[in-house]
Formats: sequence, structure tokens, C-alpha cells
Amino acid sequence: MSDVSDNGVNPEKDLSASNLPGQRGQGGEEIRVQRGMFGASNGGDTSGYGGLVRSVRLPGPASRPYGGWFDEVADELEGALEEQGLLPGNAIEKTVVDRDELTFHIEREHLVSVARTLRDDPALRFELCTGVSGVHYPNDKGRELHAVYHLRSITHNRVIRLEVSCPDSDRHIPSLFSVYPTNDWHERETYDFFGIVFDGHPALTRIMMPDDWQGFPQRKDYPLGGIPVEYKGAQIPAPDQRRSYS
Amino acid sequence: MGLEEKLPSGFLLTTVEQAAGWVRKSSVFPATFGLACCAIEMMTTGAGRYDLARFGMEVFRGSPRQADLMIVAGRVSQKMAPVLRQVYDQMPNPKWVISMGVCASSGGMFNNYAIVQGVDHIVPVDIYLPGCPPRPEMLMDAILKLHQKIQSSKLGVNAEEAAREAEEAALKALPTIEMKGLLR
Amino acid sequence: MSTSHASPRETTEGTVYTVTGGDWDEVVQSAARADDERIVVNMGPQHPSTHGVLRLILEIDGETVTEARCGIGYLHTGIEKNLEYRTWTQGTTFVTRMDYLTPFFNETAYCLGVEKLLGIEDQIPDRASIIRVLLMELNRLSSHLVCIATGGMELGATTIMIYGFRDRELILDIYELITGLRMNHAYIRPGGLAQDLPPGAVDQIREFVKKMKKNLPEYDKLATGNPIFKARMQDVGYLDLAGCMALGATGPILRSTGLPHDLRKAQPYCGYETYDFEIPTADTCDSYGRFLIRLEEMRQSLKIIEQCLDRLQPGPVMVADKKIAWPAQLALGPDGLGNSLDHIKKIMGTSMEALIHHFKLVTEGFRVPPGQTYAAVESPKGELGVHVVSDGGTRPYRVHFRDPSFTNLQAMAAMCEGGQVADVIVAVASIDPVMGGVDR
Repeated sequence: MSDVSDNGVNPEKDLSASNLPGQRGQGGEEIRVQRGMFGASNGGDTSGYGGLVRSVRLPGPASRPYGGWFDEVADELEGALEEQGLLPGNAIEKTVVDRDELTFHIEREHLVSVARTLRDDPALRFELCTGVSGVHYPNDKGRELHAVYHLRSITHNRVIRLEVSCPDSDRHIPSLFSVYPTNDWHERETYDFFGIVFDGHPALTRIMMPDDWQGFPQRKDYPLGGIPVEYKGAQIPAPDQRRSYS
Repeated sequence: MGLEEKLPSGFLLTTVEQAAGWVRKSSVFPATFGLACCAIEMMTTGAGRYDLARFGMEVFRGSPRQADLMIVAGRVSQKMAPVLRQVYDQMPNPKWVISMGVCASSGGMFNNYAIVQGVDHIVPVDIYLPGCPPRPEMLMDAILKLHQKIQSSKLGVNAEEAAREAEEAALKALPTIEMKGLLR
Repeated sequence: MSTSHASPRETTEGTVYTVTGGDWDEVVQSAARADDERIVVNMGPQHPSTHGVLRLILEIDGETVTEARCGIGYLHTGIEKNLEYRTWTQGTTFVTRMDYLTPFFNETAYCLGVEKLLGIEDQIPDRASIIRVLLMELNRLSSHLVCIATGGMELGATTIMIYGFRDRELILDIYELITGLRMNHAYIRPGGLAQDLPPGAVDQIREFVKKMKKNLPEYDKLATGNPIFKARMQDVGYLDLAGCMALGATGPILRSTGLPHDLRKAQPYCGYETYDFEIPTADTCDSYGRFLIRLEEMRQSLKIIEQCLDRLQPGPVMVADKKIAWPAQLALGPDGLGNSLDHIKKIMGTSMEALIHHFKLVTEGFRVPPGQTYAAVESPKGELGVHVVSDGGTRPYRVHFRDPSFTNLQAMAAMCEGGQVADVIVAVASIDPVMGGVDR
């Protein structure tokens, strides 16, 4: 390319607003506050960027029209919920459209009825659930733990996402096992890694870690490594607590 | 049988050592202990192109009680560690262990909560085989090196003497930090 | 309690002693009271025919399995957590080791997710997409070959295993030529590929396709019509469409019920909509149907590979955006290492800005705008989905893999309960679980 200078950076093109990491969708959840530029927490401020404070937000709620088939799905879902005597505003906390994907944030007490509607309504027919993924946002106060479900409709060839949150102090989300039996192992896995208790699951036990494991290893407050080896009462200290090699 | 361990040191013992070493190395029965990616390479080694049968090793035993070599092929998780040790305990003496791949040898790239940082925390290892995963040729090289080790292994009083010498040599060895010049 | 002692009897086989005394009578009586022959058998986690470190807990009554449960987690590696401590590009090195028989699918799914978060799906060069498809289809072949090989071995047919691994070696040779490694490649990177195809790769793949077309009918001859094979596989591991939907089973298991659901057709990625291929299905819902589907999928893969080779045009294999693209196209040096001497000469000798750029991009990595996405590809085992969350940093905030083996393995209980013990092995082999993918 001719307009790129020798170092591969074109100041006019690359510094335009669209290329800079900006705020996407105001009003989304604040998941962390970045101080400084480079993430260093100890040592002096040698860069001069140390005073920078920036809040990082996830994409915020979208307003109508969502575009494409998103409106159709949202209309159908709201209509079907109203038929059941459920106010859509109570069940659906917000609707996010980002990167061509539709996300419904659902209040946890209505999760099962929303999922059942999504599965059974002929115009929706999300018959395949691809499982749960937990996400831990320790700085999102009151909504620390999120469970994210992706639903696929083979009939209509669509994918949507349901997101449910719960506070760390009350880690309970109703189980979708009764609607999608495939979530059996997925919910056990999310419980194992994040400690979210899925109420109504027939046998919510650890699945990946040993049964007597302490803690929930994929939470952000759990260290990556440094776990001692234990076998028949003998203990070998974790790598970071052994004698250091010079 | 245990009798060879009680022989007095001398000509008879060294002869028996050589005979026993030759017999032992020529028909090593590996236990199938495939865990992860390395297990696939271990199976490849046993299959057509690399043909482990050339070294008298194609008989992978399902039962640890019939095996005398454990090839720990892959990452050992904290949940698998007790199982691994139990399988090792079930193997009859004499027995050897090859730690195949970096994950088994040191935890490798998985320096995290789930993986035991080196299988030598659980069982004694004879050969560490690097690679992620090691090629079948590397596994065969490790096996040949183990054969040499088995061939020259000592019995009875000689074994005790060898262990004492090894420990003395290890105590006298120069630490890496005191080594000078090009390290290679 | 009886204290009398029965005296030994002399028979033609020798002396027979009758056990009496102690609590022996009580033991015999209680054994007689328990009229059922219900026993719990623990298979694995280290069992030669359970496909890796899978533990099966079977409750059997005679030869019939009344209850079957899986114990998994013996290969849990914490890869998803490890990813959060590495840059986006380094992530490919980890994901390739999840399901170690389908490395290119893991890498592609992950990279598609990252590219979606970056919003650069449209900028991926055509050549990169074609090579991705090419490698994925080769990978489909090698994965199905291992499935058929180990499945055959578990049935006791060692010949099939030797055949499968023979052909897989040919594919591994191609991988090694292209990526430098036989397994665990980390070749597909966010934004494109690590490097272009080396000279001679296209010719070698063409030769391989020719050879494979000759070798594939051997599996037909060896297994498809084989009465023993059919007797072991037919009507074993039955799971119908309703069961598949409820349990979330995808891939050959779903297609063996007659539903032609394949993400390559339903929601195409990497330009799959432009390739000409068919989705094989069966209507038997059993292990034999899945075996036939895998065989036919291998033929279709060969067809796609040929189309890829015809389409390859010279061009870039990485996005043009220098803020994402790896700064140097690596080249194989005389010492066998992947440095590009020209690039080093430039950054060390002439351009300080290029050095800073290289340093920033390689050590810190690029930033990905906050948000989340779900990318899915059709792996040989089913729908491989990736849920990627970014917090705007240079490292993933959370990556979750929806591995098809993990979900499909749940169907084991539904397939095995009520069947024979020997059929459990066949059913599990037809699911084709890879524990690296199940446990991650």
C-alpha cells in the first residue's frame, strides 16, 4: 500500500475515531476501571500515563428496531410471554444487539419460563441449547456471576444468547435441566468452576475437579497455579512455594 | 524371583546381571497409560510406520500387573494423580517409568491449578522425554536409552553400591550457577 | 454357628476340601438371599478400551447394563483459565491442545470468535480462508480415521487400526510440511495464518488425495460389508432425533437420525457456502449408521480439498491491518528456526518505530474492544462453539469452549442402558469422544 509509511502506521487513517478503542454502546455494565495505560500496579509511574482513569463497559442495551430477524424474535418472545401473563419488561431486563448477535438479559426467576417459551413456540423453536458458560465480573457489584446460554434454532437457522446474572452473595440460578436436558453436565461444569448453584438440577456435583476440591478454580479471585500436590496425606508444596532455583 | 538379589558380589553376580539385563530389556511390556496428545503419538509408534514391535515392545498390556514399563503419555491432572500412583503400585518389580512429553515431565505450558507440575512428584521417573508431543522417533530413542539403562542395571549388593555412588556423585556435582563458560 | 468340619473327599481331580466353620454359613445364606446378580463395574479411568481417561460406572445385571454413568475430569487441564493469562494470539497455542485430534477446528473456531470481536471478519484474505478450509477438511479426514481405527481396535479388529494409522500418517506428513508440527500446530492465528503454504505443499496434497481415493475403498471392503462388524454395530448405541435434540448431540450422531444438520451448510463460515459438497445422513440412528456417515464424510472432504487446491491464488494470508497482523512473516532459516532475517535487519538496523511496533505487538498484543461473541464450526464430532468475552484488554477475559465430545458423551447413558456390556464399548466408540476435548 502506498499511503502507509515505512513503519506500517498511517497516522491519518489509523488514528481516525473508528480505529480507536472507544466506548461501545453507552450504559452497558461497567466491568472494570482501568488506571494507567499498561496495567502495572507496582513501581513508580514512569510512563506519565499513570493518572489515566477509564471505565470499561460492555455493550449497552439496544433500542428498536434491532434489525434483521432480531425484531421478529423479540416480538414473538414478548407476545408469547404476555400470553402467559408475564410482563416482558419484568422478565427481560434488557436486550443487547452487538456484533450481529442478539442477547436477552433475563431476570433469573423467569429464566425457565422464558427458555420454555423459546423452545416450544412454533415461531421461535430454539430446540438446541449449546450449554452454559459462566463469566465472573468481580467489579460488577450485585451482578458478579453471569451464566450465558446460547440457543440454536435448527428450524429457523438462528442463534440467540440468554444472559442471567446473580450476585456473589446469593449464587443461585434456576436450572434449565427440565427444559434442555443437555444442560445437565454444562451446569455441573459451571457450578464446578464458578460456584453458581443451579436450583432444580437433579445432581449438582463437581464434574471436572476432584470431589473434595476447595474453591471454584475459574473465578477471577482464584489463582492460576500454585496448588500443592496432595497424595495419601503426603504434600508437595506448590511450585511458587518451593525453594527457588538460582 | 528374588534369588538373584541375594547372590554374593563377584563374577557370578555380574554374569547374572548381564543375563538378567539382556532378558529384561528384550521384552519390556509397556502398560497403556495414554492420557492426552502424547497417547496418540504413542499409539502411532505402535502402528504400522514406526512399528514398535521391532524392539519387542508391541505388547501393550491393559493390566498393570502384567507390565513393567509405564509410559506416562500426557498431562497428569490432580484428579488423575492418585489413579496413576495406584496403577504404578500395582506393577510388579522391576519397573520403569518414561515421562513422555513436557506436560508429564514438568507441567509444561499448563502451569495452572489442574495439572501436576511434573509426574516425578508422584512416581519415580527413569527417562524424561521432552517434546509437545514428542515424535515417535523420539519415543523410540527414549525406549532405546531405557534399554541401555536396563541392560546395565545392577543387582543385589552391586545395586546398593551403585546407588551409593550415584548419590555421592550427585552431592559432589557442580551447581549450574557455578559452571563457567558456554553452557551446552 | 456350625462347628463341624467336613472331611476332605478324594475325587479323580484330587482332594476336595469343603469350607465350613466361622461365619461361612451366614455368608452363604446372605448370598442366597440376594436373588439378583446386580453388580457395579468400574471401567477406567485407565482402561484400554474406554477411549482415553474416561471412567464408566456400569451397574450390570448378568450381561445387561441397567445403569451407566460417566466419570470425567481426569484430563481437566484448565486451558480456559490459562487463556486468560496470555495474549489473544498466544491463545491459539492453548486451544489447539484441547481436542488434540481436531486442532485446526479448535484454532479456527477461536480465531473466528476473536475476529468477530475485532470486527475484521470481512478483511480476512481469501487465501487464508481457503487454506483454513483445506486444513480443516484434512483434519476431518485424520480425525475420522482415528475414530474408525480406534473404534475398530476396541472391537478387536486390529487390522483396521493399522490401516487407519497408516493413512493418518500421510496426513500428518502434510501437516508437518505446512505447520512444522505433526500435532498441536497453532498455525491458524487471529487475522489469518502464521505463514503461507511452503513450496511443494500443494503437490503433496494432490498426491495424497490421489492415494487416499485409492485407500478409502479398502475400509469399505474391510468393514462395511463385514458380517461380524455389522453384527457388532447394527442397532447398537441407538439414539433417535428427539433424544439427540434433548441431549444436545450434534455431528454424526445427529446426522445418523436422518437430519442433515451441518453448520457448514446451515451457518457457513470461511466461505463454505461456495464449495460443492453433500451432507451424508443415515436413518438407522445406530453405530453402524455413524460409521457409514464418517466414511462418506471423508469422501466429501476429499472433494472439498480438491476444490480448495483449484482455488488457491497467490496473495496475503494475514489481514492488512498492521495493528493486528503479526509484524513479520516468518521464514524457515538455515538453523531450522522461524526468524525472518530481513525483518530483523529492518527493525534492528533502520526503523526504530518498527522495532517499537514489533515489541508492543509481540509482547503486549493487540487490544480487542469489550463485548462477547459466539462462534461455531462443524468439527468432525459436532458443533464446536466458542464463547469469547473481552474486557478491552490484550488478553481474553473469558473463553469457554462448547466441545462436541463433552455434550455428546452425555448421551452414553441413553445409548447403553438396557444393552449388553460389550455394546457399551461400541456405543462409546461411535460417539468418538476425545477426552482432551471433553475435559479441556
